[in-house]
Amino acid sequence: MNDHLQQQLIKDLLIESFEGLDNFDREMLALEKGEGNAETLNNVFRIIHTIKGSSGCIGLNKIESVAHVGESLLSLLRDGKLTFNPEMISALLEYSDALKAMLGCLEQTGHQGDVDYSALLQKLQSLQTARPVEAAPAATYGLFAEEPEAPLAPEPAPESPKPLPANAPAMVPAGVPEKAAAEKEIAARPVTSVSDTAIRVDVGQLDKLMNLVGELVLARNQIVQFTAQSQEATLLNAAQRINTITTELQENVMKTRMQPIGNVWAKFPRIVHDMALDLGKQVELVMEGKETDLDRTIIEAIKDPLTHLIRNAVDHGIETPAIRQAAGKPEKGTLTLRAFHEGGQVNIEILDNGRGINIAKVKEKAMQRALITPDQAAAMSDREVFNLIFLPGFSTADIVTNVSGRGVGMDVVKTNIEKIGGSVDVLSEAGQGTTLKIKIPLTLAIIPALIVTSGGERFAIPQVSLLELVRMEAEQARKGIEMLYGAPIYRLRGQLLPLAYLNRELKLDAPAVSSTNDAVVNIVVLQADGRQFGMVVDEINDTEEIVVKPLGKQLKGITCFAGATIMGDGKVALILDVMGLAQHANVIAEVRDRAVSAKNKAAEKVDERQTLLLFNAGQNARMAIPLSMVARLEEFPRSQVEWSGKQEVVQYRGQILPLIQIANYLPNAAATAPTPTDPVQVVVYSEAGRSVGLVVSKINDIVHEAVTVKRSHNRDGILGSAVVQDKVTDLLDVIGIIRTADPSFYEETRKI
Amino acid sequence: MTKQFCTFFVNGLFFGVEVLKVQEVIRYQGMTRVPLAPATIQGLINLRGQIVTAIDLRRRLELPPRDAEQLPMNVVVRSEDGAVSLLVDEIGDVVEIQDDIFEHPPETLKGVARELVQGVYKLKAQLLLILDTEKTVNLANAGTRA
Repeated sequence: MNDHLQQQLIKDLLIESFEGLDNFDREMLALEKGEGNAETLNNVFRIIHTIKGSSGCIGLNKIESVAHVGESLLSLLRDGKLTFNPEMISALLEYSDALKAMLGCLEQTGHQGDVDYSALLQKLQSLQTARPVEAAPAATYGLFAEEPEAPLAPEPAPESPKPLPANAPAMVPAGVPEKAAAEKEIAARPVTSVSDTAIRVDVGQLDKLMNLVGELVLARNQIVQFTAQSQEATLLNAAQRINTITTELQENVMKTRMQPIGNVWAKFPRIVHDMALDLGKQVELVMEGKETDLDRTIIEAIKDPLTHLIRNAVDHGIETPAIRQAAGKPEKGTLTLRAFHEGGQVNIEILDNGRGINIAKVKEKAMQRALITPDQAAAMSDREVFNLIFLPGFSTADIVTNVSGRGVGMDVVKTNIEKIGGSVDVLSEAGQGTTLKIKIPLTLAIIPALIVTSGGERFAIPQVSLLELVRMEAEQARKGIEMLYGAPIYRLRGQLLPLAYLNRELKLDAPAVSSTNDAVVNIVVLQADGRQFGMVVDEINDTEEIVVKPLGKQLKGITCFAGATIMGDGKVALILDVMGLAQHANVIAEVRDRAVSAKNKAAEKVDERQTLLLFNAGQNARMAIPLSMVARLEEFPRSQVEWSGKQEVVQYRGQILPLIQIANYLPNAAATAPTPTDPVQVVVYSEAGRSVGLVVSKINDIVHEAVTVKRSHNRDGILGSAVVQDKVTDLLDVIGIIRTADPSFYEETRKI
Repeated sequence: MTKQFCTFFVNGLFFGVEVLKVQEVIRYQGMTRVPLAPATIQGLINLRGQIVTAIDLRRRLELPPRDAEQLPMNVVVRSEDGAVSLLVDEIGDVVEIQDDIFEHPPETLKGVARELVQGVYKLKAQLLLILDTEKTVNLANAGTRA
């Protein structure tokens, strides 16, 4: 046998065996649940038989001999000479692992490895003699028959989901002669398996096919356009037919790349089974919507995140039987996997009815790890708390068990899912369980995108990063965009939105009509890394489904582009990488902005609440101002503070920013005489292009609360007091203080 | 031994690329320019559904720019990273040349040309400069001088 042929045979054996063993595990677990029937046993027997035969053929004696022992046990079981017990299932699963390990070794090193499996083999052998079939009646597979609380001859429970059909060929009575068993096997054979009607195709081949179909679609579009002007009936007919055939071809080629999500789920029953055994828990895995189709690239991408979430649910979510019983829940926990299509996306839900997420514990952990401040923790909604588990460096596992605390963390899960344009959301109710909702696109190759024009070029913006579109005309366009020391901003519902001009960032020619002066301003509000910014473009064209194609390595260095696509007219358009673009334009560089925008996101949900910036002025005074009045928060080293006349100033973004020591304008100024801080903390306030810096001693927090102002006292510099986070907080009279400190500030504004 | 070369002209110079490295030669195509890209990259073209980067050989070889009205031709070459188009002034014939008239580039060859030209065939009428396609499409060390 020549070497090449041998290699090919080994490759075939590997593909076939791994697939077979996955099935083997699944069938074993079905048998354990009592859901198996004679066909199941036949299947597992056949799988092992094939592995044994194929490996023997190409001289893999070790695999053959190990496979043989299991085969003997399975043949006794199949023939009804033995009945199943949990011990056998564990041994057989272990046996499947041993085969997988040897095959894995073969795949990687080219030989069968030298692990000694004699103990396992002995176990399997002893099981063959241990339990004669007379011990259990033949009407059942006798699962758990030896458990003390089970009656000696358990009948299948009436509510059992799959009672054995009375006429199933499996109903082999005890002690049936081998001949009958052989006949039964033959009878079972005509059942067509998937492998008879399926062939293996290289994915690269499918991708090529996809490309060609894409091209065909473009050519079709041109033909259809061209023939529309024609009067010739035959030509029109032919064009019409090409049109429909192409559409159908495209759909079908797309389908070839789709796989049911059940392919990824196939290994979960085994994982759950093993973990539950390890942790002494009882877990029932329910899977709904196995047949939901997904692009295979996505299937690959969600494999690891899903595995992690399942492990998490079993490890942290579901309690031990004792705890569950004490809580008045059934001893057996349920873990449900559900997949379904909705709104052009695939939804995957992982539900457990375990203990739920402990909000207090999560907060405590997050504070311990300095991920949030105590003040933030107090102000957080439950939903925000749940989302803390996705932060890097977070783990609530008290003890690093062998199942959690290793491998990927939840932050990696989230990143991986977001990488493919998906999202994760978590809901939980203490004592009732946790639900993780994952939304992912159907395919990676085709994404919905917004087409915009800037500097005469078209660009595609992936819809996942898109939040909203703002269009301003005439007067509004002229005034809408304010300049903050050269940095354009827009007030989006009271929130400052940093802006960038796409044509300037990409060094494209400005459009013929300058968009800042008149006509229309189009702002595309984008989100990158949880922060928002606006991109000013010349024109917003349309949304389209685009096919993502990679750029050549010559262009890999440009972070602003994620790839390219071919538009309907056959021309190439670049796909913007929103994250890269934001970094390039420096619109989301400040860390503080992140906190602000994250908080403001929460603000959108509850409108009657107010977002306040909490700070200290002087020693103890706890002060607040509405965040909407804050243009920016800055820190300057004390050495940068200069004097201009009697006024303290700093150079800020190429301008001179006057500073006002707030503490000096408060009623008890003497008592709270400011201790010079380094760096100087400044709240920048802007009005009509002019800015002033309010010096505070410490910036504490940004909170989002329903505030009732009590105007019981009206002291200088203070509008009133309110209870914020259970503490009395003074609201600063920003305008009053500025007017006192610099009377000309507002006058000049008015002149403009 | 003979070798076949696909030949073309850039700024009056006669260049050749081994025929096996050339995927195809196509007429000028409308292209999409890539903002922020090095000037040597003229843009992206759609080659039957495949997106191909077009490199302007004049700029790559640091030669004076082409007249605005003169449309370049695409010589699409295969590289490790897939197809790349080289923009040239004019296409020549496919020529078959004996090995024995090959010579390494003369010492006097300066600048990028020295880096990208593998050697010279002394043809009767003209010298044929053989371009190293891998090096030509690799812009990592080319900088953005142009």
